[in-house]
Amino acid sequence: MTEEKQAIDSRHEDVVPTSGRAMSSPIYEKEPKKAVVKESEETLLVVEGLNVFYGKIKVIHNISVSIQARKVTAIIGPSGCGKSTFIRCLNRMHEVTPGGRVEGKVLLDGEELYGPTVDPVQVRRRIGMVFQKPNPFPTMSVYDNVAAGFKLNGTRDRRVIEEKVEKSLKMAALWEEVKDALHKPGTSLSGGQQQRLCIARALAVEPEVLLMDEPCSALDPIATAKIEELIRELKETVTIVIVTHNMQQAARVSDYTAFFYLGELVEFNVTSKIFTTPEKRQTEDYITGRFG
Amino acid sequence: MIETAVNNAETGLSTADRHFVYRKVIERVAWTGMVVCVLITVSLLWVILGYVIYRGGAAFSWEFLTTLPQPAGEAGGGIANALIGSGFIVGLATLMAVPISLGAAIFVNEFPSGRLGASVRFLAEVLTGVPSIVVGLFGYALVVQPTGQFSGLSGAVAYAFIMVPIILISTQEALRLVPTDLREASLALGVPKWRTILWVVLPVSSRALLTGVLLAVARALGEAAPMLFTAFGNPFWNLDVRKPMATVPHLIYTYATGPYEDWHNKAWAASFVLVTVVLVTSLLARAALRNKSDD
Repeated sequence: MTEEKQAIDSRHEDVVPTSGRAMSSPIYEKEPKKAVVKESEETLLVVEGLNVFYGKIKVIHNISVSIQARKVTAIIGPSGCGKSTFIRCLNRMHEVTPGGRVEGKVLLDGEELYGPTVDPVQVRRRIGMVFQKPNPFPTMSVYDNVAAGFKLNGTRDRRVIEEKVEKSLKMAALWEEVKDALHKPGTSLSGGQQQRLCIARALAVEPEVLLMDEPCSALDPIATAKIEELIRELKETVTIVIVTHNMQQAARVSDYTAFFYLGELVEFNVTSKIFTTPEKRQTEDYITGRFG
Repeated sequence: MIETAVNNAETGLSTADRHFVYRKVIERVAWTGMVVCVLITVSLLWVILGYVIYRGGAAFSWEFLTTLPQPAGEAGGGIANALIGSGFIVGLATLMAVPISLGAAIFVNEFPSGRLGASVRFLAEVLTGVPSIVVGLFGYALVVQPTGQFSGLSGAVAYAFIMVPIILISTQEALRLVPTDLREASLALGVPKWRTILWVVLPVSSRALLTGVLLAVARALGEAAPMLFTAFGNPFWNLDVRKPMATVPHLIYTYATGPYEDWHNKAWAASFVLVTVVLVTSLLARAALRNKSDD
């Protein structure tokens, strides 16, 4: 049932960009910039002048963007454009890579994440992350995987842990499938289940923001549909930033879309605008499949 | 085709055919040569094992394992004190070597900084190549001389020197194989690095770590040279690390170089025991690693 809906959705989205291309560019160049990012909405994460380096190579050039609370922001762009590197800077994971260096500001609720006294461990508890490849801890059971985050952070009370595990698995729409197999190894689940397990594990720490780095790229369409449905549910409570290669996916799940190209932010706008009346030629070319 | 047939009729073989036969002969010779090399390699182990079992098995008895050595010239007696001594000294050496090598391997692998990793690895490899007799002398200089006494402790220090580089290298290798994904998954949950290492990285590589330790234990168990100037040997019971202790390889050395036929037989029997213990340890190490790949 869900797949059918998804199929229809994606067919619909396939058509949208074409109609956008039909419009001549002067019309949407006249539209005022950033008018769509309404001030009334609550901004949670602000990036100002972000420059990112691997050793001496600069991979992200002066990016500034504001991410709205409890919305889904998609980041699209061709391979190697710095999408993943960008979101890894939002929870200070970039600096884990040898040679990784970040300049500029990232503010979560007005608080500077790269401040000299800020502990990256604390940042990561507030901004969770789901990776491209499902990566449950192989030595831990389903239960322990979900409990890992807050248990490793020092929660001891068994009842609290049990409640949190159940709550997180329910939030990740995995509870029904694994409630009888909680003590099996996390790696015994299917790929899609493993990814939802990783989402549950990230949610268990109760982050304010959830970063997802191409969370569906290793999954089949059915598992992908489930994750997308989950994303739509999760945005009630969590702010989501998702990197995706799949433009239909960005169109389906996101409220805002940022288009990255060669380490620069080309365009940022509400998703419907990006996919129907993009302001920049490059964006239009990319979403209509002329390059990328 | 007709031409070839004619050629064959005249000379028996065409040039192409002759070349083919030549190549076949070379292939046979090379193949046989390699098979012989393999047979020699494989049979070495079996010849040694067979001879040790043949000579050692004859002198071996349950009593041999459970009794103390008798004075030279008297029949009977065993190596109970040396067995316990070996176990005790190697155990003590393991307790010293494991934390040191584990700590070093974790530091080198989890906190990589430029050339440090490569140079530590290189030094460890050089250290594995240091002759064990030199390690023994070093143990002598480090512990025996200052304390003025041969002791089990000095033996344990010498064995630890042999074990550290072996465990270091195998541990670093094991840690290197832990996917970066898992470390990042843990860090991204807001888990501090030290907890990530203890709770995620080490458990994933635990079997490979165990294998490294067991291989180091097997190696130390068989070393006689480091004991010459350290544990020294002792014909009596001793569990006091401050006093000389008997070890099986050192006992084999003493008995084998001694003048009595009975001692020679006992040396073989002790070799039989030692080979069995080392073999079982190595097989355990293999088994630990194999189970891992089954997961």
